[in-house]
Amino acid sequence: MNLVTFSGPPSSGKTAVILKTIEAIQERDLKVGVVKFDCLYTNDDELYAKAGVPVKKGLSGSLCPDHYFVSNIEEVVQWGREKELDLLITESAGLCNRCSPYIKDIKAVCVIDNLSGINTPRKIGPMLKTADIVVITKGDIVSQAEREVFASRVSSVNPEAMVMNINGLTGQGAYEFSTLLYDQKEDVETVKGKKMRFSMPSAMCSYCLGETRIGEEHQLGNVKKIDLGDKNA
Amino acid sequence: MLNKNKLKKLTIKEILEKYPYAESFFEEQQFPLKDKENRISEIFISLSREEREDLVYNLDELLSSLTSYIKNMQEFLGENDSTVGLLSILAGKNKQGEKENYQKLDIKSGEIISIVGPTGSGKSRLLADIEWTARGDTPTERHILINDEVPDKKWRFSGGKKLVAQLSQNMNFVMDLSVMEFLNLHAESRLIDNQKEVVQRIFKEANQLAGEQFARDAQITSLSGGQSRALMIADTAILSSSPIILIDEIENAGINREKALELLVGEEKIVLMATHDPILALMGDKRIIINNGGIIDIIETSSEEKELMQELKVLDKVLTNLREDLRYGNKLKKLSHKLTAVNI
Repeated sequence: MNLVTFSGPPSSGKTAVILKTIEAIQERDLKVGVVKFDCLYTNDDELYAKAGVPVKKGLSGSLCPDHYFVSNIEEVVQWGREKELDLLITESAGLCNRCSPYIKDIKAVCVIDNLSGINTPRKIGPMLKTADIVVITKGDIVSQAEREVFASRVSSVNPEAMVMNINGLTGQGAYEFSTLLYDQKEDVETVKGKKMRFSMPSAMCSYCLGETRIGEEHQLGNVKKIDLGDKNA
Repeated sequence: MLNKNKLKKLTIKEILEKYPYAESFFEEQQFPLKDKENRISEIFISLSREEREDLVYNLDELLSSLTSYIKNMQEFLGENDSTVGLLSILAGKNKQGEKENYQKLDIKSGEIISIVGPTGSGKSRLLADIEWTARGDTPTERHILINDEVPDKKWRFSGGKKLVAQLSQNMNFVMDLSVMEFLNLHAESRLIDNQKEVVQRIFKEANQLAGEQFARDAQITSLSGGQSRALMIADTAILSSSPIILIDEIENAGINREKALELLVGEEKIVLMATHDPILALMGDKRIIINNGGIIDIIETSSEEKELMQELKVLDKVLTNLREDLRYGNKLKKLSHKLTAVNI
């Protein structure tokens, strides 16, 4: 079984890109399954089910979605093996822009969209910087110049990634992209013992433990303060 | 040959002297260039834990990343090896798996090719094949050649340089910039030498294409449909790195379409135009007819069709004038008795 992890900011078009890509992969008689990670709610699993794809969803609820992802990924891989999938795709939203649920030696795809603004590549850090393939969506509604500037920004943030444009509505580019995802020689039996590409966001402060009151006396643990610059003025 | 061990030994100043564009790499990576006499490793060591976390890469990864960046840029700037003088499409199969009705279609730079066919007939697939420089590895099994050779794989994966630039009806500007700021930003990303003149020229050309003039400091998001289209076309013609331009209809409002096409082919681009508008389609040197996923015919625009185009232009002009009259509050008059007599 092949494993590919997808991530990207909310509403960047991950699900649309994956669905179009799956159409192309199914034509090659390969069995694809998806596990969708989200925070509070998702009905994307219905979209996948509709496309005839075995699907599971996991909602992290009050936990950090990344920690939730990494605590469950091995079970997810075993689920995929039980279902005898050729390709298992995990989809997770980069909710704090600091998330990057990529694993070393496992193909990692970041989906971002042209509408998010040209400074976004810089803002989303690890999720973009450590991806193998960057998919840019919504190119059909912005000008050619903006597309070019956006793609060049992406390439200066992550010069080693392949950068592809996919139209999530028409599927233009999805067939080509699909050829990069599946490798017959590859077989992931387990991800036990593998490492994340980048450490997860961490906190461990009083608010992690349910504190709701505001004020310095209620803050314990790993607390970071904003630098407003006028302390010694 | 450039490698990361070489970069390791250079100071920031030396790197920037040799590869000036590396500055934007450091900027995007948010790597602090505190003291340019230092090497990358020396600055890296002086970073705090938080700063390193923000950087994401460790020293080794940063160096390989910079190496790739410089290599990409060198390739991007080496324009000569990537001029597309001739694009060829070798026949593949339609949706039923039957061979397409031609052998090889050659398109020279400066040519305009119209693409016609009903919705869902395979126009997008044809364009995707070109964009992907297909090697028999797409559903149509078409092959694309550039300058009569199998194209380099860089066309598939590079972020900075794509084979095909696209212009379509539903494209908009989304950045909050003035016309000049926008053009300068695009020019900077292309690393051209004579930025000032090029930007001036685009502004001038765009205004010649647009029905209504716009100013240098106008916000691009507030331009009218015709003005936006004019600016997009002039900018793509002159500043886009892509040698092939795909146009998906140009609506006949607020823009001089014939001049727009002249500008594009004048820049030695290959223009592919998906359209159902007879005037636009006949402006092409040839037209490709697509049906059922395959090319069923390639028709050269005949001299009779060129004459028809002149007639169509007259009709078009009549309608344009009526539109103008309407706009300025003039009363409209009947055109001719002959037209009234025609039964539709």
